[in-house]
Amino acid sequence: MATKHPRPLSPHLTVWRWGPNMAVSILHRATGVALSIGGLAVLTWWLIAIAEGPEAYDGFSAAAKHPLGILVLIGLTWSFFQHLFSGIRHLVTDTGANFELGANKRSAVLTVIGSILATAAVWFYLLGVQK
Amino acid sequence: MSLGDSASPLGKVRGLGSAREGGEHWITERVTSIALLLLGVWLVASLLFLPALDRQTIIEWLRAPTGAVPMALLIVIAFRHALDGLKVIVDDYVHEEGSRFGWNTLFLFLAVGGGALALYALGEIVFGAVA
Repeated sequence: MATKHPRPLSPHLTVWRWGPNMAVSILHRATGVALSIGGLAVLTWWLIAIAEGPEAYDGFSAAAKHPLGILVLIGLTWSFFQHLFSGIRHLVTDTGANFELGANKRSAVLTVIGSILATAAVWFYLLGVQK
Repeated sequence: MSLGDSASPLGKVRGLGSAREGGEHWITERVTSIALLLLGVWLVASLLFLPALDRQTIIEWLRAPTGAVPMALLIVIAFRHALDGLKVIVDDYVHEEGSRFGWNTLFLFLAVGGGALALYALGEIVFGAVA
């Protein structure tokens, strides 16, 4: 076959050309893993700290208010919104809709813009009121 | 019973394909995602609307049925959805049969164990002598 541009062979990171759709698809998996491991670990630790007593809760609070802790929590908040918006987009495509190239690409970009805006709103509020 | 071409696409994936299973996992992942959309937004909104995030305020919030019930549902469904999602990733990227079984079993134990731990902590907060 003497084609100049061979067709893509398999759905693999090193073969496919990057675009918003692919990036958001990968992000959906990455944020899913982050929420499954990190998000659920923080949720469980938080509940145990509340149940255990004031000292345990102080320990959790100190870690959560440490700059590194805040960074992790901001990352988990963004993962939550990214996975949520991208998840809604997946539910729509599951019905067979939104496969037009332009609309599909635009909705992929929108999930990222939405997740960044939502994360910024939550954290400007949280850090602003100093809960 | 042979389904042949007359079966609808949905009928084929609903456990009626050649493997007689698989469709259930796909549908469960979607149904739990819709539940988590509601419960996740509930959790984030609750944390933002609580007057403060100190231990006492959170205990009062979780002891009310409007806090305890959604939180219990969130724990069970989030761990289930995490397990279902991680299985897709393991099945996609771990090719060797033995390691795939190992990873899936590890995540099954972590999800069931973590979920039980989180539920126990919530039970202690709601029903225990926590103060």
